Amino acid sequence: MSRVDLFLWVALPYLCVAVFVVGHVWRHRRGQLTWTTRSTQLLESRLLRIGSPLFHLGILAAVGGHVLGILVPRGWTEAIGIQEHAYHWIAIVAGVAAGTAIVLGLAILLYRRVAVPRVRHTTTRSDLVVLPLLVLVIGGGMLVTVWGTAIDEYPYRTTVSPWFRGIFGFAPEADLMAGAPFVFQLHAVSSWLLFAVWPFSRLVHAWSFPLGYLRRSHILYRSRTPRAALARNRALDGRRRG
Amino acid sequence: MHVKAQMSMVMNLDKCIGCHTCSVTCKNVWTNRAGAEYMWFNDVETKPGIGYPKRWEDQERWRGGWELDRRGRLRLRAGGRLRKLATLFANPDLPELDDYYEPWTYDYETLTRAGPSQHQPVARPESQITGRPLELAWGPNWEDDLAGAPERAGADPNLRGAAEEAVRLEYERAFMFYLPRICEHCLNPSCVASCPSGAMYKREEDGIVLVDQEACRGWRMCVSGCPYKKVYFNWHTGKAEKCTLCYPRLEVGLPTVCSETCVGRIRYLGLVLYDADRVEAAASTPDERDLLEAQLGLFLDPFDDEVQALARRDGIPEDWLEAARRSPVYPLAVRYRVALPLHPEYRTLPMVWYVPPLSPVLSMVEGEGSGADPDDVFPAIDELRIPVSYLANLLTGGAEEPVRVALKRLAAMRAHTRERNLGSEPDPALAASVGMDAGEIDAMFRLLAVAKYDERYVIPQAHAEVAGRLAEQQGSCGLEFPGGPGSCGVQARRADPLGAAPFGDDEIDLVGLLERRGGR
Repeated sequence: MSRVDLFLWVALPYLCVAVFVVGHVWRHRRGQLTWTTRSTQLLESRLLRIGSPLFHLGILAAVGGHVLGILVPRGWTEAIGIQEHAYHWIAIVAGVAAGTAIVLGLAILLYRRVAVPRVRHTTTRSDLVVLPLLVLVIGGGMLVTVWGTAIDEYPYRTTVSPWFRGIFGFAPEADLMAGAPFVFQLHAVSSWLLFAVWPFSRLVHAWSFPLGYLRRSHILYRSRTPRAALARNRALDGRRRG
Repeated sequence: MHVKAQMSMVMNLDKCIGCHTCSVTCKNVWTNRAGAEYMWFNDVETKPGIGYPKRWEDQERWRGGWELDRRGRLRLRAGGRLRKLATLFANPDLPELDDYYEPWTYDYETLTRAGPSQHQPVARPESQITGRPLELAWGPNWEDDLAGAPERAGADPNLRGAAEEAVRLEYERAFMFYLPRICEHCLNPSCVASCPSGAMYKREEDGIVLVDQEACRGWRMCVSGCPYKKVYFNWHTGKAEKCTLCYPRLEVGLPTVCSETCVGRIRYLGLVLYDADRVEAAASTPDERDLLEAQLGLFLDPFDDEVQALARRDGIPEDWLEAARRSPVYPLAVRYRVALPLHPEYRTLPMVWYVPPLSPVLSMVEGEGSGADPDDVFPAIDELRIPVSYLANLLTGGAEEPVRVALKRLAAMRAHTRERNLGSEPDPALAASVGMDAGEIDAMFRLLAVAKYDERYVIPQAHAEVAGRLAEQQGSCGLEFPGGPGSCGVQARRADPLGAAPFGDDEIDLVGLLERRGGR
């Protein structure tokens, strides 16, 4: 096993996961003020109304597919009676459907980001890092589904998936991944990088999906408590002294 | 019964001269920042007209506020919670920037850099978002003083039913009045109910509706949920912002900026006590035309001993009760019934009320040389060029009688006071004809016409004793930085060890962070 393999399939994943976790703690504590979808619907609505639901719903479906294909071991699905052949076809049909929605949605959204001046001018530097990465991850993912799974029929559930689970079991088997086709490798590396920049970008809005809204009461009241005011004054005092 | 105090406002449209001082001072204080250029927490509209944003009153289109379902229960017009989540990725009811206007500035550099030339240099307008030259086609007060009204004012959503027939828009017959608008700080705010993140809330103490800038996630449901379109989406920070009723000023007993700077002295600020337990029932009143009465029924008499006892039980401090007794809003809305809410049919129970404009009636009558005999004035009220039905569509959900009562009382007040000024004793029958007595009319005149500063604004200080310190923060708590407003406390609490706010204009600025660290 070469050093490059060791880096790509062991060191990089741990590095990116570490940045992902620590970054999120940092962002959660310091970055609430910028924690938002950064929606541009106000600036352009016509294209977004087609592209955004396609993209987001496709992504949600793809996340589900990844859970099934990568996190769930092959033995489990077979134990509940889903044979490999059936799984294979489910994965291809659902995967291609979700992937098509994502690619279409992303294409529309990227087009409006470049071609609509208002949207282009509100693009942040973090977008410039995240969007190319997203293209890489999604393009790679689409290739994995179409070429790697449907045409080449590469058995990723016995190679890529155990490697991925191994990382979280602290027993990564780099060999499994070193022998995988290039599209799988590309998809894996670009995804780790995406996870690494996640906490520093607008992607954090994914964690804010407002499920709590379904249960809370309609009208909310908050008190302006003396304690809060005291804390504020104390902080101000500290700043004045410092 | 649960007694709550609500800070509320009355605007006397009879005295509004449409000078926009309120809008400009508000903008200079609150929305003079990147992303907020197009926001007018306070704007002044000419009525009839389509307003800002365009046709905001058309709830068939924007689906703001509440409605009753088939079983008579209150629900958000834009749909329930599941529908909100289903439309999270693209909100079908969200206005676009062009429904407001694309904010612009002028290319002043061309002027300052111009060399000697044959022709006068020109500063062309350019977009504040893209920086590109902009063909100006719409703005926040494009229809000022009925500009363009013959083509456009017919699209005013209040022109329906009888009003449509009666309003005459030809130039020489035209009639107009001004409508300054801020957030209504509703008792039943649909923006708060629409916010999926729970970032919007009503303040327990004074009922001011605010957006928690740290909790807002930019789902923008509040923007479409507010029927008054007074919550705005900041395209730069990606968060919602709205009128704060200048709470940092109110907390130290100062009136809002729009009130303080009002040239016509049309604004009144004061507390109203209300029964929070009956809010939902009042908002669910079946007939839209009864909503005004239902809302009036929520307000509690601050002079009533029982109300005072209950208010004390519910933690309202003594000086706030005193302020409620001196409140200018309570008599204008409840005792004299000359102030009316804006579009009560949205069922949000708005708390900025309006005294309807009377001047055109009197000038019509007086212009022909007749005296201010109420016998001449009262019939004229029904012959207004802007008919009572238009004001009713605007202020009472279509009920004409409350508008008529308010206008007649204002007319009677003028006749009564004129008699007094001319040295004769007013006829008590005049006051009696509008259901008031001379003492009440004198008091109303004092409040509306003399309008002393400390009678217009009765604002109890915020009741954390420590809140007095807020005054000291004045001038140290700027809002001009991107990512405002009002995050002084936030900055102090989250002081950044790297020597700067964690995110400036941009979310990820690793280069900048490294540079700053290297500089230490």
